[in-house]
Amino acid sequence: MLAYTIKRFFMMIVTILIISTLTFILMHSIPGSPFNEERTTNETIQANLEKFYKLDEPLPVQYLYYLKSIVTFDFGPSIKKPNETVNELLARGFPISFELGMTTILVAVISGILLGTFAALRHNGFIDYFAMTFAVVGISVPNFVLATLLIQKLAVDYNIFPPATWSSPMHMVLPVLALATGPMAIIARLTRSSMLEVLTQDYIRMAKAKGLSPFRIVARHALRNALMPVVTIMGTMLAGILTGTFVIEKIFAIPGMGKYFVESINNRDYPVIMGTTVFYSTFLVFMLFVVDIVYGLLDPRIKLHKKAGDA
Amino acid sequence: MTKNHESTTVSPNQIPDEWFRKKDKDLIEAEAVVRPSLSYWKDAWRRLKQNKLAMTGLIFLVILALLAIFGPVFSPHEVDGMDLPNQNQPPSAEHLFGTDEMGRDVFTRTWYGARISLFVALAAALIDFFIGIIYGGISGYKGGRADGIMMRVIEVLYGLPHLLVVILLLVVMGPSLTTIIIALTITGWVGMARIVRGQVLQIKNYEFVTASKSFGAKTPRIIRKNLLPNTMGPIIVQMTLTVPSAIFAEAFLSFLGLGIQAPFASWGVMANDALPVILSGHWWRLFFPAFFISFTMFAFNVLGDGLQDALDPKLRG
Repeated sequence: MLAYTIKRFFMMIVTILIISTLTFILMHSIPGSPFNEERTTNETIQANLEKFYKLDEPLPVQYLYYLKSIVTFDFGPSIKKPNETVNELLARGFPISFELGMTTILVAVISGILLGTFAALRHNGFIDYFAMTFAVVGISVPNFVLATLLIQKLAVDYNIFPPATWSSPMHMVLPVLALATGPMAIIARLTRSSMLEVLTQDYIRMAKAKGLSPFRIVARHALRNALMPVVTIMGTMLAGILTGTFVIEKIFAIPGMGKYFVESINNRDYPVIMGTTVFYSTFLVFMLFVVDIVYGLLDPRIKLHKKAGDA
Repeated sequence: MTKNHESTTVSPNQIPDEWFRKKDKDLIEAEAVVRPSLSYWKDAWRRLKQNKLAMTGLIFLVILALLAIFGPVFSPHEVDGMDLPNQNQPPSAEHLFGTDEMGRDVFTRTWYGARISLFVALAAALIDFFIGIIYGGISGYKGGRADGIMMRVIEVLYGLPHLLVVILLLVVMGPSLTTIIIALTITGWVGMARIVRGQVLQIKNYEFVTASKSFGAKTPRIIRKNLLPNTMGPIIVQMTLTVPSAIFAEAFLSFLGLGIQAPFASWGVMANDALPVILSGHWWRLFFPAFFISFTMFAFNVLGDGLQDALDPKLRG
């Protein structure tokens, strides 16, 4: 387990390094500097600007500065909004995005598991058909389409929820719903199919024969094993939710990190693009690392192996 | 008893005719093979046909493809034909799906959008297919050190946040049809390569491959004749599932403003353009592209699920 963790940790570092380097190369392969597009500036100002952003140094030196900025986590000032640093943008946007993402994950995981479990317990019953219809529809409708539909119906037509911004729990309902439906559908489908498989196992029959209550059988014996596939896809799901926040924040005008990211893309504000990309990918790669380690801890086969080794 | 025992010692040529009895006609019929023998593909097709949901998806996709090819022909309107007096008209006999803010016909634009969205998705799936087969095939077949190195590369690539890489590429190269396809495939082939490798690794140890080798078959022949046909099932499933995710990715990128540029429009671009006017009640602007994005993804998903069951040899009935 320890060897695996160390190996995974180094792979994480390598991945982050590759992403950072890729970002650097891509950003610098664009012809020209960010300053000489629309307005013609005085040559001295131009030179000073380039010096300020260290654009006058040779590329390898710039790369070292860039790596230093990643390690020290200081991405410098934004080019389009010079009185703000990238760190300030991240510090302002990240808590909101984090709140949106975490609420979404909680909603998706809890309701997805519940829906999938009930569908499996009532195999081919009404709940099962309902859950599977919901799952196929949920996977097929892109989150931005769902978001606009929700705004149109629940905010504009019936005026139940506010259509935009992020200031009260009521404001959270629609964005979280729009973002959580897809992952919820995937989790429900996975839980259902693995639950169906687990329920036919001998140890479940054994538990029934012992006279355990159905709730206890499902909650203690079946779910634990049925949830392994769900843990496996948590990594990709996190990535999906994370990128999903870009569009959801755009649609609902939520002042999170995604908003700055999209803005920086449209403004070609390189320090902000680099800062947010590196931040997003580091966060994501770290979460993938955590998911992998948790999976290793949960997987009963790995435990068995360990016990055999101890004996 | 003794007589019988004696008679069993006669040589085969001397067996008297009366020992033979003509077999009953019913018995012959009972032993006949009732089910015609089916090839793998015929059998898969038979099972797919029994899956109503998957067939609905397939039929929808065929209709969609026909409409994407011939739809604009039936429309009297040009894809970028502006008609400013008739802007934002609701659906009518003249404009089946209404018009947008420049008076362009949403019906015509929807089918042009279908061409672009489907083209991007199919191109991405095909390129993934070729790169994945070559990379995964070599990695799985060679095994050993080569496989080890090639898998490390894949592991690192797999950890990259794909949409972020795609977004970065689009920012740098500028949005166009080619860039979107390149960006989607640069990260997309990894999944296919993993599947091909896993399959090849498993199949290359089967007896029929050893038999081929012992007959002196060369590596290219083994790959073409033994390995590829037997990995086709999971590969096809993976392709049908790549298409909806590519359609989603394209729509997603268009939605962030990194999609196909005017005057062309994919479904994602049309949905994005409709966003500012959705609150003014022009529902048809969003409804039609969104409906077709969702339904195409739905169709590919159910078809992929159906194929997964139909192509699984273990489920062969």
